[in-house]
Amino acid sequence: MSKHATPSGGNVINAVDLHKVYQLKGREVVALRGVSLHVPQGEIYGVVGPSGAGKSTLLRCINLLERPDRGEIWVDGRNLTALPPPQLRAARRGIGMIHQHFALLSSRTVAGNVAFPLEIAGVPRAERRRRVAELLELVGLADKAAAYPAQLSGGQKQRVGIARALAPRPTVLLSDEATSALDPATTASILDLLRDLNRELGLTILLITHEMDVVKRICDAVAIMDRGSVVETGRTVDLLRTPGSLLARSLFAPPPVSGDGVVTLTWVDQAEEPLISQLTRLFDVDVSILGGALEEVAGHAVGRLTVRITGERSAEALTYLTDRNVLVEEVP
Amino acid sequence: MTGWLDGLVERWPQMGPNLWWGTLDTLYMVGWSTFFTALFGLPLGVLLVTTDERGLTPAPAVRALLSAVVNVGRSLPFIVLMVAVLSLTRLLTGTTLGPTAAIVPLSIGAIPFYARLVETALREVGRDVVDAAQAMGARRIVIVGKVLLPEALPGLIAGLVMTVVTLVSYSAMAGAIGGGGLGDLAIRYGYQRFDDYYLWATVILLVLVVQVVQSVGDVLVRRVSHR
Ligand SMILES: Nc1ncnc2c1ncn2[C@@H]1O[C@H](COP(=O)(O)OP(=O)(O)OP(=O)(O)O)[C@@H](O)[C@H]1O
Ligand SMILES: [Mg+2]
Repeated sequence: MSKHATPSGGNVINAVDLHKVYQLKGREVVALRGVSLHVPQGEIYGVVGPSGAGKSTLLRCINLLERPDRGEIWVDGRNLTALPPPQLRAARRGIGMIHQHFALLSSRTVAGNVAFPLEIAGVPRAERRRRVAELLELVGLADKAAAYPAQLSGGQKQRVGIARALAPRPTVLLSDEATSALDPATTASILDLLRDLNRELGLTILLITHEMDVVKRICDAVAIMDRGSVVETGRTVDLLRTPGSLLARSLFAPPPVSGDGVVTLTWVDQAEEPLISQLTRLFDVDVSILGGALEEVAGHAVGRLTVRITGERSAEALTYLTDRNVLVEEVP
Repeated sequence: MTGWLDGLVERWPQMGPNLWWGTLDTLYMVGWSTFFTALFGLPLGVLLVTTDERGLTPAPAVRALLSAVVNVGRSLPFIVLMVAVLSLTRLLTGTTLGPTAAIVPLSIGAIPFYARLVETALREVGRDVVDAAQAMGARRIVIVGKVLLPEALPGLIAGLVMTVVTLVSYSAMAGAIGGGGLGDLAIRYGYQRFDDYYLWATVILLVLVVQVVQSVGDVLVRRVSHR
Protein backbone atom coordinates (compact mmCIF):
# COMPACT_ATOMS: atom_id res chain seq x y z
CA MET A 1 0.00 0.00 0.00
CA SER A 2 1.23 3.43 -0.80
CA LYS A 3 1.83 5.83 2.02
CA HIS A 4 -0.42 8.84 2.19
CA ALA A 5 1.55 11.87 1.16
CA THR A 6 1.16 15.21 2.82
CA PRO A 7 -0.63 17.92 0.83
CA SER A 8 1.17 18.94 -2.34
CA GLY A 9 4.26 16.69 -1.84
CA GLY A 10 4.71 15.67 -5.49
CA ASN A 11 0.98 15.18 -5.95
CA VAL A 12 -1.17 17.09 -8.36
CA ILE A 13 -4.38 16.25 -6.52
CA ASN A 14 -4.66 15.98 -2.78
CA ALA A 15 -8.08 15.45 -1.34
CA VAL A 16 -7.93 15.44 2.42
CA ASP A 17 -10.58 13.94 4.66
CA LEU A 18 -13.62 14.76 2.54
CA HIS A 19 -17.06 14.44 4.06
CA LYS A 20 -20.28 14.89 2.16
CA VAL A 21 -23.83 14.29 3.31
CA TYR A 22 -26.86 14.74 1.07
CA GLN A 23 -30.29 15.54 2.38
CA LEU A 24 -32.77 13.47 0.45
CA LYS A 25 -36.39 14.03 1.43
CA GLY A 26 -35.39 14.63 5.04
CA ARG A 27 -33.24 11.52 5.01
CA GLU A 28 -29.46 11.82 5.26
CA VAL A 29 -27.36 10.04 2.68
CA VAL A 30 -23.69 9.92 3.56
CA ALA A 31 -21.87 9.99 0.24
CA LEU A 32 -18.31 10.52 1.53
CA ARG A 33 -17.14 9.66 5.00
CA GLY A 34 -13.59 10.88 5.34
CA VAL A 35 -12.09 10.21 1.93
CA SER A 36 -8.49 11.12 1.21
CA LEU A 37 -6.91 10.72 -2.18
CA HIS A 38 -3.43 11.56 -3.39
CA VAL A 39 -2.72 11.53 -7.09
CA PRO A 40 0.90 11.95 -8.17
CA GLN A 41 1.85 14.03 -11.21
CA GLY A 42 1.59 12.13 -14.47
CA GLU A 43 -0.35 9.13 -13.19
CA ILE A 44 -3.52 7.60 -14.48
CA TYR A 45 -5.39 7.00 -11.28
CA GLY A 46 -8.53 4.90 -11.23
CA VAL A 47 -11.37 4.97 -8.75
CA VAL A 48 -13.53 1.88 -8.69
CA GLY A 49 -16.26 0.55 -6.47
CA PRO A 50 -19.88 -0.54 -6.42
CA SER A 51 -22.75 1.72 -7.42
CA GLY A 52 -23.50 4.32 -4.79
CA ALA A 53 -20.02 4.08 -3.27
CA GLY A 54 -19.50 7.82 -3.72
CA LYS A 55 -17.18 7.81 -6.72
CA SER A 56 -18.99 10.51 -8.68
CA THR A 57 -19.41 12.60 -5.57
CA LEU A 58 -15.67 12.39 -4.96
CA LEU A 59 -14.86 13.41 -8.52
CA ARG A 60 -17.32 16.29 -8.46
CA CYS A 61 -15.74 17.45 -5.22
CA ILE A 62 -12.32 17.66 -6.86
CA ASN A 63 -13.37 20.63 -9.03
CA LEU A 64 -15.94 21.74 -6.46
CA LEU A 65 -18.98 21.12 -8.62
CA GLU A 66 -20.01 19.65 -5.29
CA ARG A 67 -18.72 21.36 -2.19
CA PRO A 68 -17.66 18.92 0.53
CA ASP A 69 -19.10 19.51 4.00
CA ARG A 70 -15.63 19.05 5.42
CA GLY A 71 -12.10 18.53 4.15
CA GLU A 72 -9.74 20.20 1.73
CA ILE A 73 -8.99 19.86 -1.94
CA TRP A 74 -5.60 20.81 -3.27
CA VAL A 75 -4.99 20.82 -7.00
CA ASP A 76 -1.68 21.94 -8.41
CA GLY A 77 -0.58 23.28 -5.04
CA ARG A 78 -3.68 25.43 -4.51
CA ASN A 79 -6.32 24.91 -1.88
CA LEU A 80 -9.48 25.09 -3.98
CA THR A 81 -11.74 24.93 -0.96
CA ALA A 82 -10.33 28.25 0.23
CA LEU A 83 -10.52 30.14 -3.08
CA PRO A 84 -13.07 32.92 -3.65
CA PRO A 85 -15.34 32.40 -6.70
CA PRO A 86 -13.29 34.28 -9.34
CA GLN A 87 -10.08 32.46 -8.47
CA LEU A 88 -11.96 29.18 -8.26
CA ARG A 89 -13.27 29.70 -11.78
CA ALA A 90 -9.73 30.41 -12.96
CA ALA A 91 -8.43 27.31 -11.18
CA ARG A 92 -11.14 25.19 -12.81
CA ARG A 93 -9.64 26.00 -16.21
CA GLY A 94 -6.66 23.94 -15.13
CA ILE A 95 -8.90 20.94 -14.53
CA GLY A 96 -10.44 19.29 -17.57
CA MET A 97 -13.44 17.05 -17.26
CA ILE A 98 -14.99 14.44 -19.53
CA HIS A 99 -18.44 13.00 -19.05
CA GLN A 100 -20.23 9.69 -19.48
CA HIS A 101 -22.78 11.17 -21.87
CA PHE A 102 -20.28 13.60 -23.40
CA ALA A 103 -22.16 16.76 -22.35
CA LEU A 104 -21.56 18.45 -25.69
CA LEU A 105 -23.55 21.50 -26.74
CA SER A 106 -25.93 20.28 -29.43
CA SER A 107 -26.32 23.82 -30.75
CA ARG A 108 -22.62 24.15 -31.59
CA THR A 109 -20.48 22.45 -34.16
CA VAL A 110 -17.58 20.25 -33.15
CA ALA A 111 -15.22 23.22 -33.56
CA GLY A 112 -17.61 25.42 -31.58
CA ASN A 113 -17.68 22.93 -28.74
CA VAL A 114 -13.91 22.73 -28.54
CA ALA A 115 -13.67 26.51 -28.69
CA PHE A 116 -16.18 26.94 -25.86
CA PRO A 117 -13.79 26.72 -22.88
CA LEU A 118 -11.44 29.06 -24.72
CA GLU A 119 -14.22 31.61 -25.13
CA ILE A 120 -14.89 31.34 -21.42
CA ALA A 121 -11.21 31.92 -20.73
CA GLY A 122 -11.22 34.99 -22.98
CA VAL A 123 -8.80 33.64 -25.57
CA PRO A 124 -8.81 35.84 -28.73
CA ARG A 125 -10.61 34.47 -31.76
CA ALA A 126 -7.57 33.90 -33.98
CA GLU A 127 -5.78 31.95 -31.29
CA ARG A 128 -8.94 29.99 -30.54
CA ARG A 129 -9.20 28.93 -34.13
CA ARG A 130 -5.58 27.79 -34.23
CA ARG A 131 -5.89 25.83 -30.99
CA VAL A 132 -9.14 24.17 -32.06
CA ALA A 133 -7.57 22.98 -35.31
CA GLU A 134 -4.59 21.64 -33.39
CA LEU A 135 -6.81 19.77 -30.90
CA LEU A 136 -9.09 18.26 -33.53
CA GLU A 137 -5.95 17.03 -35.27
CA LEU A 138 -4.77 15.53 -31.99
CA VAL A 139 -7.97 13.55 -31.42
CA GLY A 140 -8.28 12.60 -35.09
CA LEU A 141 -11.38 14.59 -35.95
CA ALA A 142 -9.97 17.33 -38.17
CA ASP A 143 -12.49 16.48 -40.89
CA LYS A 144 -15.46 16.81 -38.53
CA ALA A 145 -14.92 20.41 -37.45
CA ALA A 146 -18.14 21.65 -39.05
CA ALA A 147 -20.31 18.68 -38.01
CA TYR A 148 -22.83 18.86 -35.19
CA PRO A 149 -22.60 16.41 -32.28
CA ALA A 150 -25.84 14.70 -33.36
CA GLN A 151 -24.04 13.60 -36.53
CA LEU A 152 -21.23 11.83 -34.66
CA SER A 153 -20.82 8.35 -33.21
CA GLY A 154 -20.38 7.88 -29.49
CA GLY A 155 -16.64 7.44 -29.80
CA GLN A 156 -16.33 10.57 -31.93
CA LYS A 157 -18.41 12.53 -29.43
CA GLN A 158 -16.10 11.48 -26.64
CA ARG A 159 -13.11 12.54 -28.70
CA VAL A 160 -14.70 15.95 -29.03
CA GLY A 161 -15.26 15.89 -25.27
CA ILE A 162 -11.59 15.13 -24.74
CA ALA A 163 -10.45 17.84 -27.17
CA ARG A 164 -12.70 20.31 -25.38
CA ALA A 165 -11.36 19.31 -21.98
CA LEU A 166 -7.79 19.74 -23.20
CA ALA A 167 -8.34 23.10 -24.87
CA PRO A 168 -7.29 25.31 -21.93
CA ARG A 169 -4.18 23.13 -21.38
CA PRO A 170 -5.23 21.62 -18.06
CA THR A 171 -2.79 19.80 -15.81
CA VAL A 172 -5.46 17.40 -14.63
CA LEU A 173 -8.19 15.51 -16.44
CA LEU A 174 -11.20 14.17 -14.55
CA SER A 175 -13.25 11.44 -16.14
CA ASP A 176 -16.49 10.01 -14.81
CA GLU A 177 -17.32 6.78 -16.63
CA ALA A 178 -16.12 8.29 -19.88
CA THR A 179 -16.25 4.99 -21.71
CA SER A 180 -19.32 3.44 -20.11
CA ALA A 181 -21.61 4.45 -22.95
CA LEU A 182 -19.26 3.03 -25.60
CA ASP A 183 -18.79 -0.39 -27.15
CA PRO A 184 -15.63 -2.38 -26.32
CA ALA A 185 -13.67 -1.48 -29.46
CA THR A 186 -14.46 2.21 -29.09
CA THR A 187 -13.65 2.03 -25.39
CA ALA A 188 -10.25 0.61 -26.26
CA SER A 189 -9.50 3.41 -28.71
CA ILE A 190 -10.56 6.09 -26.22
CA LEU A 191 -8.41 4.48 -23.52
CA ASP A 192 -5.46 4.38 -25.89
CA LEU A 193 -5.99 8.05 -26.61
CA LEU A 194 -6.03 8.85 -22.89
CA ARG A 195 -2.88 6.81 -22.40
CA ASP A 196 -1.14 8.70 -25.22
CA LEU A 197 -2.20 12.07 -23.81
CA ASN A 198 -0.98 11.00 -20.42
CA ARG A 199 2.42 10.08 -21.85
CA GLU A 200 2.85 12.89 -24.34
CA LEU A 201 1.48 15.79 -22.34
CA GLY A 202 2.31 14.51 -18.88
CA LEU A 203 -1.38 14.86 -18.16
CA THR A 204 -2.55 13.53 -14.81
CA ILE A 205 -5.82 11.64 -15.18
CA LEU A 206 -8.25 10.75 -12.41
CA LEU A 207 -10.81 8.40 -13.80
CA ILE A 208 -13.83 6.70 -12.40
CA THR A 209 -14.99 3.48 -13.85
CA HIS A 210 -16.95 0.39 -13.03
CA GLU A 211 -15.21 -1.57 -15.75
CA MET A 212 -12.28 -3.63 -14.51
CA ASP A 213 -11.01 -3.75 -18.06
CA VAL A 214 -10.36 -0.01 -17.87
CA VAL A 215 -8.28 -0.45 -14.73
CA LYS A 216 -6.37 -3.29 -16.30
CA ARG A 217 -5.67 -1.38 -19.42
CA ILE A 218 -4.47 1.99 -18.22
CA CYS A 219 -4.54 2.63 -14.49
CA ASP A 220 -1.14 3.08 -12.83
CA ALA A 221 -2.81 3.26 -9.45
CA VAL A 222 -6.26 2.69 -8.04
CA ALA A 223 -8.47 3.50 -5.11
CA ILE A 224 -11.32 1.17 -4.35
CA MET A 225 -14.31 2.81 -2.73
CA ASP A 226 -17.17 1.29 -0.83
CA ARG A 227 -20.00 3.01 0.99
CA GLY A 228 -18.35 6.41 1.12
CA SER A 229 -14.84 5.30 2.07
CA VAL A 230 -11.67 4.37 0.30
CA VAL A 231 -11.07 0.77 1.31
CA GLU A 232 -7.92 0.07 -0.71
CA THR A 233 -5.38 2.20 -2.54
CA GLY A 234 -2.08 1.56 -4.18
CA ARG A 235 -0.24 1.06 -7.41
CA THR A 236 -2.06 -1.42 -9.57
CA VAL A 237 0.76 -3.94 -9.90
CA ASP A 238 1.58 -3.77 -6.19
CA LEU A 239 -2.01 -4.46 -5.25
CA LEU A 240 -2.06 -7.52 -7.45
CA ARG A 241 0.85 -8.87 -5.42
CA THR A 242 -0.80 -8.00 -2.11
CA PRO A 243 -2.37 -11.01 -0.41
CA GLY A 244 -6.14 -10.78 -0.23
CA SER A 245 -6.29 -7.55 -2.21
CA LEU A 246 -9.75 -6.51 -3.35
CA LEU A 247 -8.31 -5.43 -6.67
CA ALA A 248 -6.95 -8.86 -7.49
CA ARG A 249 -10.21 -10.42 -6.44
CA SER A 250 -12.19 -8.19 -8.75
CA LEU A 251 -9.72 -8.30 -11.63
CA PHE A 252 -9.45 -12.04 -11.84
CA ALA A 253 -12.05 -14.74 -11.97
CA PRO A 254 -12.25 -16.73 -8.74
CA PRO A 255 -10.24 -19.99 -8.69
CA PRO A 256 -12.16 -22.70 -10.50
CA VAL A 257 -11.70 -25.27 -7.73
CA SER A 258 -10.68 -25.43 -4.13
CA GLY A 259 -9.39 -28.10 -1.84
CA ASP A 260 -6.24 -29.52 -0.31
CA GLY A 261 -3.06 -28.22 -1.86
CA VAL A 262 -4.83 -25.81 -4.18
CA VAL A 263 -3.15 -22.41 -4.40
CA THR A 264 -3.27 -19.48 -6.74
CA LEU A 265 0.02 -18.03 -7.92
CA THR A 266 0.33 -14.46 -9.09
CA TRP A 267 3.41 -12.98 -10.63
CA VAL A 268 4.28 -9.83 -12.50
CA ASP A 269 6.66 -9.46 -15.45
CA GLN A 270 8.45 -12.79 -15.09
CA ALA A 271 6.67 -14.72 -17.79
CA GLU A 272 9.91 -16.12 -19.19
CA GLU A 273 10.97 -17.86 -16.01
CA PRO A 274 10.27 -21.58 -16.14
CA LEU A 275 8.87 -21.65 -12.58
CA ILE A 276 6.68 -24.70 -12.82
CA SER A 277 9.29 -26.94 -14.32
CA GLN A 278 11.78 -25.74 -11.72
CA LEU A 279 9.33 -26.74 -8.99
CA THR A 280 8.85 -30.25 -10.23
CA ARG A 281 12.57 -30.67 -10.75
CA LEU A 282 13.84 -29.11 -7.51
CA PHE A 283 11.24 -30.37 -5.05
CA ASP A 284 9.92 -33.47 -6.72
CA VAL A 285 6.31 -32.33 -6.48
CA ASP A 286 3.39 -32.86 -8.85
CA VAL A 287 1.82 -29.73 -10.21
CA SER A 288 -1.59 -29.89 -11.84
CA ILE A 289 -2.77 -26.76 -13.53
CA LEU A 290 -6.42 -26.07 -12.81
CA GLY A 291 -6.85 -22.76 -14.48
CA GLY A 292 -5.15 -19.53 -15.21
CA ALA A 293 -4.40 -16.67 -17.49
CA LEU A 294 -1.68 -14.29 -18.47
CA GLU A 295 -2.93 -10.75 -18.68
CA GLU A 296 -1.62 -7.33 -19.44
CA VAL A 297 -2.33 -5.00 -16.53
CA ALA A 298 -1.30 -1.35 -16.70
CA GLY A 299 1.53 -2.26 -19.06
CA HIS A 300 2.75 -5.20 -17.00
CA ALA A 301 2.40 -8.88 -17.78
CA VAL A 302 0.55 -10.44 -14.88
CA GLY A 303 0.26 -14.20 -14.60
CA ARG A 304 -2.35 -15.85 -12.48
CA LEU A 305 -2.46 -19.60 -12.13
CA THR A 306 -4.53 -21.91 -10.00
CA VAL A 307 -2.62 -25.14 -9.33
CA ARG A 308 -2.69 -28.15 -7.07
CA ILE A 309 0.74 -29.01 -5.69
CA THR A 310 1.16 -32.44 -4.17
CA GLY A 311 4.25 -34.13 -2.81
CA GLU A 312 6.34 -34.45 0.37
CA ARG A 313 8.11 -31.15 -0.18
CA SER A 314 5.18 -28.99 -1.37
CA ALA A 315 5.62 -26.57 1.55
CA GLU A 316 9.23 -25.97 0.49
CA ALA A 317 8.09 -25.47 -3.06
CA LEU A 318 5.69 -22.73 -1.99
CA THR A 319 8.41 -20.99 0.02
CA TYR A 320 10.63 -21.14 -3.06
CA LEU A 321 7.91 -19.46 -5.14
CA THR A 322 7.37 -16.79 -2.51
CA ASP A 323 11.10 -16.08 -2.54
CA ARG A 324 10.94 -15.69 -6.27
CA ASN A 325 8.44 -12.86 -5.86
CA VAL A 326 5.41 -14.98 -6.66
CA LEU A 327 2.32 -14.27 -4.57
CA VAL A 328 1.02 -17.54 -3.22
CA GLU A 329 -2.52 -17.66 -1.88
CA GLU A 330 -4.21 -20.73 -0.49
CA VAL A 331 -7.65 -21.43 -1.83
CA PRO A 332 -9.67 -22.48 1.17
CA MET B 1 -75.74 29.47 -57.23
CA THR B 2 -73.92 32.68 -57.96
CA GLY B 3 -76.01 34.55 -55.42
CA TRP B 4 -73.26 34.66 -52.84
CA LEU B 5 -70.83 36.06 -55.37
CA ASP B 6 -73.20 38.88 -56.17
CA GLY B 7 -73.46 39.62 -52.47
CA LEU B 8 -69.68 39.73 -52.21
CA VAL B 9 -69.26 42.00 -55.22
CA GLU B 10 -71.90 44.30 -53.79
CA ARG B 11 -70.15 44.53 -50.40
CA TRP B 12 -66.59 44.63 -51.61
CA PRO B 13 -66.07 48.41 -51.97
CA GLN B 14 -66.66 48.75 -48.23
CA MET B 15 -65.71 45.30 -47.00
CA GLY B 16 -62.37 45.09 -48.84
CA PRO B 17 -60.75 48.06 -47.08
CA ASN B 18 -62.35 47.06 -43.79
CA LEU B 19 -60.76 43.63 -43.96
CA TRP B 20 -57.45 45.11 -45.04
CA TRP B 21 -57.28 47.55 -42.14
CA GLY B 22 -58.65 44.97 -39.75
CA THR B 23 -55.89 42.56 -40.70
CA LEU B 24 -53.26 45.27 -40.31
CA ASP B 25 -54.66 46.17 -36.88
CA THR B 26 -54.52 42.54 -35.83
CA LEU B 27 -50.92 42.19 -37.03
CA TYR B 28 -50.02 45.45 -35.28
CA MET B 29 -51.49 44.30 -31.96
CA VAL B 30 -50.05 40.82 -32.19
CA GLY B 31 -46.67 42.11 -33.37
CA TRP B 32 -46.13 44.54 -30.53
CA SER B 33 -47.58 42.17 -27.94
CA THR B 34 -45.21 39.47 -29.14
CA PHE B 35 -42.33 41.88 -28.76
CA PHE B 36 -43.25 42.78 -25.19
CA THR B 37 -44.03 39.19 -24.35
CA ALA B 38 -40.60 38.05 -25.47
CA LEU B 39 -38.96 41.01 -23.75
CA PHE B 40 -40.46 40.23 -20.35
CA GLY B 41 -41.43 36.57 -20.67
CA LEU B 42 -37.95 35.35 -21.56
CA PRO B 43 -36.17 36.77 -18.49
CA LEU B 44 -39.07 35.69 -16.32
CA GLY B 45 -38.79 32.13 -17.63
CA VAL B 46 -35.01 32.19 -17.10
CA LEU B 47 -35.49 33.36 -13.51
CA LEU B 48 -38.05 30.62 -12.87
CA VAL B 49 -35.35 28.11 -13.78
CA THR B 50 -32.26 29.65 -12.21
CA THR B 51 -33.90 30.49 -8.87
CA ASP B 52 -34.90 26.86 -8.48
CA GLU B 53 -33.42 24.98 -5.51
CA ARG B 54 -31.08 23.06 -7.84
CA GLY B 55 -30.66 25.99 -10.21
CA LEU B 56 -27.75 28.32 -10.91
CA THR B 57 -28.85 30.99 -8.43
CA PRO B 58 -31.04 29.21 -5.87
CA ALA B 59 -33.55 31.56 -4.28
CA PRO B 60 -36.63 29.57 -3.23
CA ALA B 61 -38.52 32.61 -1.91
CA VAL B 62 -38.06 34.57 -5.13
CA ARG B 63 -39.07 31.58 -7.16
CA ALA B 64 -42.19 30.97 -5.11
CA LEU B 65 -43.22 34.59 -5.58
CA LEU B 66 -42.56 34.62 -9.35
CA SER B 67 -44.33 31.34 -9.76
CA ALA B 68 -47.37 32.61 -7.86
CA VAL B 69 -47.56 35.76 -10.00
CA VAL B 70 -47.28 33.69 -13.17
CA ASN B 71 -50.02 31.37 -11.98
CA VAL B 72 -52.36 34.25 -11.28
CA GLY B 73 -51.75 35.60 -14.79
CA ARG B 74 -52.27 32.14 -16.27
CA SER B 75 -55.51 31.41 -14.43
CA LEU B 76 -57.39 34.61 -15.32
CA PRO B 77 -59.56 34.23 -18.42
CA PHE B 78 -58.29 36.75 -20.95
CA ILE B 79 -61.58 38.61 -21.16
CA VAL B 80 -61.52 39.14 -17.38
CA LEU B 81 -57.87 40.18 -17.42
CA MET B 82 -58.59 42.76 -20.05
CA VAL B 83 -61.17 44.43 -17.84
CA ALA B 84 -59.02 44.06 -14.75
CA VAL B 85 -56.09 45.97 -16.27
CA LEU B 86 -58.14 48.77 -17.80
CA SER B 87 -56.73 51.42 -15.52
CA LEU B 88 -53.19 50.32 -16.23
CA THR B 89 -53.97 50.40 -19.92
CA ARG B 90 -55.22 53.96 -19.63
CA LEU B 91 -52.13 54.91 -17.64
CA LEU B 92 -49.76 53.50 -20.26
CA THR B 93 -51.53 54.41 -23.49
CA GLY B 94 -53.90 57.21 -22.52
CA THR B 95 -56.91 55.31 -23.78
CA THR B 96 -58.74 52.00 -23.36
CA LEU B 97 -59.93 51.72 -26.94
CA GLY B 98 -58.20 50.80 -30.14
CA PRO B 99 -55.35 48.50 -31.11
CA THR B 100 -52.64 50.33 -29.18
CA ALA B 101 -54.61 50.04 -25.94
CA ALA B 102 -55.11 46.34 -26.61
CA ILE B 103 -51.36 45.75 -26.59
CA VAL B 104 -51.27 46.18 -22.81
CA PRO B 105 -53.70 43.40 -21.80
CA LEU B 106 -52.46 41.19 -24.64
CA SER B 107 -48.86 41.43 -23.38
CA ILE B 108 -49.86 40.98 -19.76
CA GLY B 109 -51.89 37.93 -20.69
CA ALA B 110 -49.16 36.36 -22.82
CA ILE B 111 -46.10 37.05 -20.65
CA PRO B 112 -46.90 34.41 -17.99
CA PHE B 113 -47.95 31.98 -20.71
CA TYR B 114 -44.65 32.38 -22.54
CA ALA B 115 -42.64 32.40 -19.30
CA ARG B 116 -43.91 28.89 -18.51
CA LEU B 117 -43.03 27.73 -22.01
CA VAL B 118 -39.55 29.21 -21.60
CA GLU B 119 -39.20 27.45 -18.27
CA THR B 120 -40.14 24.12 -19.83
CA ALA B 121 -37.73 24.62 -22.73
CA LEU B 122 -34.84 25.52 -20.42
CA ARG B 123 -35.48 22.51 -18.20
CA GLU B 124 -34.95 20.30 -21.23
CA VAL B 125 -31.31 21.37 -21.30
CA GLY B 126 -29.29 18.58 -19.74
CA ARG B 127 -27.88 19.02 -16.26
CA ASP B 128 -24.58 17.69 -17.53
CA VAL B 129 -23.94 20.47 -20.06
CA VAL B 130 -24.50 23.02 -17.31
CA ASP B 131 -22.11 21.04 -15.11
CA ALA B 132 -19.60 20.92 -17.94
CA ALA B 133 -19.72 24.69 -18.39
CA GLN B 134 -19.38 25.21 -14.66
CA ALA B 135 -16.42 22.85 -14.58
CA MET B 136 -14.79 24.99 -17.28
CA GLY B 137 -15.01 27.98 -15.00
CA ALA B 138 -17.91 29.73 -16.75
CA ARG B 139 -19.70 32.49 -14.88
CA ARG B 140 -23.40 32.02 -14.33
CA ILE B 141 -24.43 34.76 -16.72
CA VAL B 142 -22.26 33.11 -19.37
CA ILE B 143 -23.93 29.77 -18.69
CA VAL B 144 -27.34 31.36 -19.25
CA GLY B 145 -26.22 33.20 -22.38
CA LYS B 146 -24.00 30.58 -23.98
CA VAL B 147 -25.45 27.30 -22.76
CA LEU B 148 -29.04 27.48 -21.56
CA LEU B 149 -30.50 29.85 -24.15
CA PRO B 150 -28.70 28.52 -27.27
CA GLU B 151 -29.36 24.91 -26.28
CA ALA B 152 -33.04 25.66 -25.70
CA LEU B 153 -33.42 27.85 -28.79
CA PRO B 154 -35.65 25.45 -30.78
CA GLY B 155 -37.97 25.16 -27.78
CA LEU B 156 -37.91 28.90 -27.20
CA ILE B 157 -38.92 29.58 -30.79
CA ALA B 158 -41.58 26.88 -30.81
CA GLY B 159 -42.95 28.38 -27.59
CA LEU B 160 -42.99 31.85 -29.10
CA VAL B 161 -44.90 30.58 -32.12
CA MET B 162 -47.45 29.01 -29.80
CA THR B 163 -47.66 32.32 -27.96
CA VAL B 164 -48.22 34.28 -31.17
CA VAL B 165 -51.02 31.92 -32.16
CA THR B 166 -52.59 32.43 -28.75
CA LEU B 167 -52.15 36.18 -29.15
CA VAL B 168 -54.03 36.08 -32.46
CA SER B 169 -56.99 34.51 -30.71
CA TYR B 170 -56.69 36.89 -27.73
CA SER B 171 -56.55 39.82 -30.15
CA ALA B 172 -59.86 38.74 -31.62
CA MET B 173 -61.29 38.79 -28.11
CA ALA B 174 -59.77 42.21 -27.54
CA GLY B 175 -61.66 43.29 -30.62
CA ALA B 176 -64.88 42.43 -28.86
CA ILE B 177 -64.39 45.24 -26.37
CA GLY B 178 -63.19 47.83 -28.78
CA GLY B 179 -59.65 46.74 -29.53
CA GLY B 180 -60.08 46.88 -33.29
CA GLY B 181 -58.77 44.30 -35.73
CA LEU B 182 -60.41 41.25 -37.28
CA GLY B 183 -62.19 40.28 -34.07
CA ASP B 184 -63.82 43.69 -33.99
CA LEU B 185 -65.08 43.24 -37.56
CA ALA B 186 -66.44 39.80 -36.80
CA ILE B 187 -68.37 41.11 -33.82
CA ARG B 188 -69.63 44.32 -35.32
CA TYR B 189 -70.72 43.00 -38.72
CA GLY B 190 -70.88 39.27 -38.29
CA TYR B 191 -72.55 39.09 -34.90
CA GLN B 192 -74.43 42.34 -34.44
CA ARG B 193 -75.57 42.71 -38.09
CA PHE B 194 -75.82 39.00 -38.92
CA ASP B 195 -73.58 39.51 -41.96
CA ASP B 196 -72.19 36.05 -42.78
CA TYR B 197 -69.87 37.51 -45.40
CA TYR B 198 -67.91 39.35 -42.73
CA LEU B 199 -68.02 36.40 -40.38
CA TRP B 200 -66.52 33.99 -42.92
CA ALA B 201 -64.02 36.49 -44.28
CA THR B 202 -62.60 37.18 -40.84
CA VAL B 203 -62.48 33.47 -40.03
CA ILE B 204 -60.55 32.79 -43.22
CA LEU B 205 -58.14 35.63 -42.56
CA LEU B 206 -57.49 34.57 -38.94
CA VAL B 207 -56.84 31.02 -40.07
CA LEU B 208 -54.46 32.31 -42.72
CA VAL B 209 -52.54 34.43 -40.24
CA VAL B 210 -52.17 31.47 -37.87
CA GLN B 211 -51.10 29.19 -40.72
CA VAL B 212 -48.43 31.60 -41.91
CA VAL B 213 -47.11 32.17 -38.37
CA GLN B 214 -46.98 28.44 -37.68
CA SER B 215 -45.26 27.59 -40.97
CA VAL B 216 -42.63 30.28 -40.59
CA GLY B 217 -42.10 29.12 -37.00
CA ASP B 218 -41.71 25.49 -38.04
CA VAL B 219 -39.11 26.41 -40.62
CA LEU B 220 -37.18 28.48 -38.07
CA VAL B 221 -37.27 25.71 -35.48
CA ARG B 222 -36.01 23.21 -37.99
CA ARG B 223 -33.22 25.53 -39.03
CA VAL B 224 -31.88 26.08 -35.49
CA SER B 225 -32.35 22.52 -34.29
CA HIS B 226 -29.27 20.29 -34.48
CA ARG B 227 -30.39 17.48 -32.20
N1 LIG C 1 -27.41 15.22 -5.55
C1 LIG C 1 -27.64 14.23 -4.70
N2 LIG C 1 -28.66 14.28 -3.82
C2 LIG C 1 -28.87 13.29 -2.97
N3 LIG C 1 -28.13 12.18 -2.88
C3 LIG C 1 -27.12 12.05 -3.72
C4 LIG C 1 -26.81 13.06 -4.68
N4 LIG C 1 -25.73 12.66 -5.40
C5 LIG C 1 -25.39 11.46 -4.90
N5 LIG C 1 -26.21 11.08 -3.90
C6 LIG C 1 -26.11 9.85 -3.11
O1 LIG C 1 -24.79 9.72 -2.65
C7 LIG C 1 -24.35 8.38 -2.76
C8 LIG C 1 -23.11 8.32 -3.60
O2 LIG C 1 -23.47 8.64 -4.93
P1 LIG C 1 -22.44 8.66 -6.14
O3 LIG C 1 -23.18 9.14 -7.33
O4 LIG C 1 -21.24 9.40 -5.72
O5 LIG C 1 -22.10 7.13 -6.29
P2 LIG C 1 -21.22 6.40 -7.42
O6 LIG C 1 -20.16 5.64 -6.72
O7 LIG C 1 -20.80 7.37 -8.45
O8 LIG C 1 -22.26 5.39 -8.03
P3 LIG C 1 -22.43 4.91 -9.55
O9 LIG C 1 -21.40 3.86 -9.80
O10 LIG C 1 -23.81 4.32 -9.58
O11 LIG C 1 -22.29 6.10 -10.43
C9 LIG C 1 -25.52 7.59 -3.30
O12 LIG C 1 -26.18 6.98 -2.22
C10 LIG C 1 -26.38 8.62 -3.95
O13 LIG C 1 -27.73 8.24 -3.87
MG1 LIG D 1 -21.28 7.71 -10.52
